[in-house]
Amino acid sequence: MVDTLQPTTEHAHGDDHGHDEHHGASGLLNWLTTTDHKIIGMNYTVTSVVMMLLGGAMAMLIRAQLTVPDGGLVSLAKYNELFTMHGSIMIYLFAGPFAFGGLANYMVPIQIGAPDMAFPRLNALSYWLYLTGSVTMLLGFFTSGGAANFGWVGYAPLSNAVNAPGAGADLWIGALILTGFSAIFTGVNLVATIFYLRAPGMTMFRMPIFTWNMLVTGILILLAFPVLTAGLVMLYCDRHFGTHIYDANGGGSPVLWQHIFWFWGHPEVYILALPFFGMVTEIIPVFSKKPLFGYKGMVFATITIAALSTGVWAHHMFTTGVVLLPFFSFMTYLISIPTGMKFFNWIGSMWGGQVQYTSAMLFAIGFLLTFLIGGITGILLASPPLDFFTHDTYFVVAHFHSVVIALVIGAMAGIFYWYPKMTGRFLNERLGKLQFWLLTLGGLLFVMPGYLVGLRGMPRRMAVYIIDPTWQNLNIWSSIGGFLMGISMLVFAANALKTLKAPKTAGPNPWDGHTLEWFTTSPPPHHNFYSLPNIKSERPTWDYFHPDAPALTHDDHDPSHVPGAVKADAQ
Amino acid sequence: MNDHANTTDSAIAPASTRRPSRKGLGWIALAIAPIVLSGCQIPGFGINEGVTESSHKVYKLWQGFMVTGLIVGGFTFLLIVYAAIRYRRRNNEIPRQTQYNTLVEVLYTVIPTIIVAGLFYFTIVVENPEVAVIKNPPAKVKVVAFQWGWRFSYPENPKVNIVGQTTENPELIMPVGETIQVDLSSLDVVHGFYIKEFSFSQYAQPGVVNKFDFKVDKVGEFQTQCTQMCGLYHSLMYFKVKTIPASDYHQCLTSSNSGDEFVACANKTTPALYHRNTATQGATVHHG
Ligand code: HEM
Ligand SMILES: [Cu+2]
Ligand SMILES: [Cu+2]
Repeated sequence: MVDTLQPTTEHAHGDDHGHDEHHGASGLLNWLTTTDHKIIGMNYTVTSVVMMLLGGAMAMLIRAQLTVPDGGLVSLAKYNELFTMHGSIMIYLFAGPFAFGGLANYMVPIQIGAPDMAFPRLNALSYWLYLTGSVTMLLGFFTSGGAANFGWVGYAPLSNAVNAPGAGADLWIGALILTGFSAIFTGVNLVATIFYLRAPGMTMFRMPIFTWNMLVTGILILLAFPVLTAGLVMLYCDRHFGTHIYDANGGGSPVLWQHIFWFWGHPEVYILALPFFGMVTEIIPVFSKKPLFGYKGMVFATITIAALSTGVWAHHMFTTGVVLLPFFSFMTYLISIPTGMKFFNWIGSMWGGQVQYTSAMLFAIGFLLTFLIGGITGILLASPPLDFFTHDTYFVVAHFHSVVIALVIGAMAGIFYWYPKMTGRFLNERLGKLQFWLLTLGGLLFVMPGYLVGLRGMPRRMAVYIIDPTWQNLNIWSSIGGFLMGISMLVFAANALKTLKAPKTAGPNPWDGHTLEWFTTSPPPHHNFYSLPNIKSERPTWDYFHPDAPALTHDDHDPSHVPGAVKADAQ
Repeated sequence: MNDHANTTDSAIAPASTRRPSRKGLGWIALAIAPIVLSGCQIPGFGINEGVTESSHKVYKLWQGFMVTGLIVGGFTFLLIVYAAIRYRRRNNEIPRQTQYNTLVEVLYTVIPTIIVAGLFYFTIVVENPEVAVIKNPPAKVKVVAFQWGWRFSYPENPKVNIVGQTTENPELIMPVGETIQVDLSSLDVVHGFYIKEFSFSQYAQPGVVNKFDFKVDKVGEFQTQCTQMCGLYHSLMYFKVKTIPASDYHQCLTSSNSGDEFVACANKTTPALYHRNTATQGATVHHG
């Protein structure tokens, strides 16, 4: 049954990326010079979670400031820095790097039975660029002018040398260029790894859905990030080398920045979302003891999303008055179809299953519910007449936080699911459930008043709202929700720290998993596998342990089916 | 964990598991069409009808979208919660490994497509007249945003310029019952021109002049402010919209020698039809 492969498959990746590193003494030097995708993945995961905690701490300050109409906690200037850095850290330094640098880096090679990423050294470079970029951005706080203060979107001409003269702005631009290259290299690596390093038998349509999502994410990164990087270089030239690319007075066009930014920015929304879709799509079937419902349809939906995502950017620009409203509205509605379909894949996977409420599964269900709210309000915003009066109000802040909070909840699902694989240890389930309720209910309490206060006219990025103190009540509720989310993160930190001393009890396959990472030890050995099972479907590990319960891959309306009994002769 | 003893027969029987979703989807499709078509007797879901011709239509559109959203979202929500609870783990048996069901897959592709086609159609119906501008508007105002204030000037009388910074709260006077065309631009960075009661906003941008029409149908005073991040005093960049009867508007405009005079005249002619709060508290409009 088991095809025994050599633990290391030299021929699979022609370069000599330091095999001796693991035979030498382990230590700081070893860690600094490693090219092992697992260690790099861990570095990414830990760094990005630290970034999330930092960005979250800033969110706590923002929410504290907004509990009273006249602020008082921080100055107008500091407030602008705070929300700019909160948004920038969360988007550029947490959500993306966590997903494609952290968990994907760790899991994708293992899921396809590969010994490492296709370009291990490039992978190490990605991480160090990311770390350098992150530090660069944060250094802005220590400059005399303070950190960047023009919003995470850096709209021209607010981001030019006249309006944002400080070094903080330059550090922000530099940081985005560094992390941009880091993302591009990771994208190259993911695509190359998935195309070229799959184990024998791992055909494209036997790839785990998380790997599929990461392939599509990788392609989107390659489409989108170079555009942003180029746009940032031009912004830097405007600031320092006397060009007028985004300067209306010099014959340039400020709107051009918005086009470039959102041409990256909307695919980026999917670059952030697809990995988390992938994670929960792994988790739900495993904890329902069923195959993923509509696997192939979901793959096509994901590819469709990626294709359409390059044609919707100007729905962020409906109020500029210079874009073709019906076209971008139409494209946005189109993309909502494959996105919405995924809900039914998730529901269908639970349907008729044995749903087990582990923390990972609870987080996955929490992801579905919060993402649903963000998705539905997104449909409202896709209609220009409705976007006109919600744009730049707290309605939009609530909309995208419904989505990004879903991503944080999804991240937690992924962490609880893969933590035993990455460390050999379990996270505490009770603390996990406590965190789940705090995070999900806190998240709802945070976004719901935001929708309402937005409809009542409260603009975003307001350090003070003395213009209408009647907005205060809703803001207080929202802040309480935000603080609950903050507490949930402390629970998580405590949980993670507690495991450091715990014994390694996880074993290779604690969840009765489907995919190859559950076929190897926890954590996996250098180059990942001592042996591989036969790969005959997208669930090789499941097939190995449940040879009599393969997926029923065609419609089966047999009414005489006896519950519990499974057709072994399907197909 | 939750090994609740449950009757496995009903739990996994395919006949009972498939029917609800098909039926539910059908109901949704049936329910949506008439509700989207008739926007009356439905709550405002956080907004009100507004005071311009377009905003009334936007209000209906909003209601239709909210109702559709609540039905679709509510249905999906219930389905998720139902599946998670109904199929919670009962024992250690391996459930039926169903992976595909062509009919269900076709339904969850086709039905959302039909729904969004409807949403797009109604969007266009409301949007086209909202963004259309007429050739010779009876009233015109040029709005220029700058860090951190507004200038309102009226081509009908070049002597009338109303300028104010931050909390000076300059007043933008508009006629009721007659179309006014706004020419919007910015001197420096991007600002946001937003009037909640008009259910409308648009960027004020350097190098771009945006034109749009309002036909206001209520006298009133509407406190608002810049909505697009524009630097240090963004949260204090106020302005106020005041709508007065068209005859008063033209009479005041032609007889005034400055912006101040125009504002004073407009304030005098306006009867106390509406409830007025202090300048910093915003104004509430009464709807008849
Ligand atoms: C504890 C959880 C969080 C809280 C309480 C929170 C709170 C806020 C608030 C109140 C604002 C609006 C600030 C303003 O407009 O004045 C904001 C902006 C923003 N947040 Fe969060 N947030 C949280 C988590 C996240 C996460 C997880 C992400 C992304 C992954 C995120 C991304 C952003 C972005 C992009 C902005 C816009 C920044 C800008 O306007 O330039 N937030 N956040
Ligand atoms: Cu402004
Ligand atoms: Cu502003």
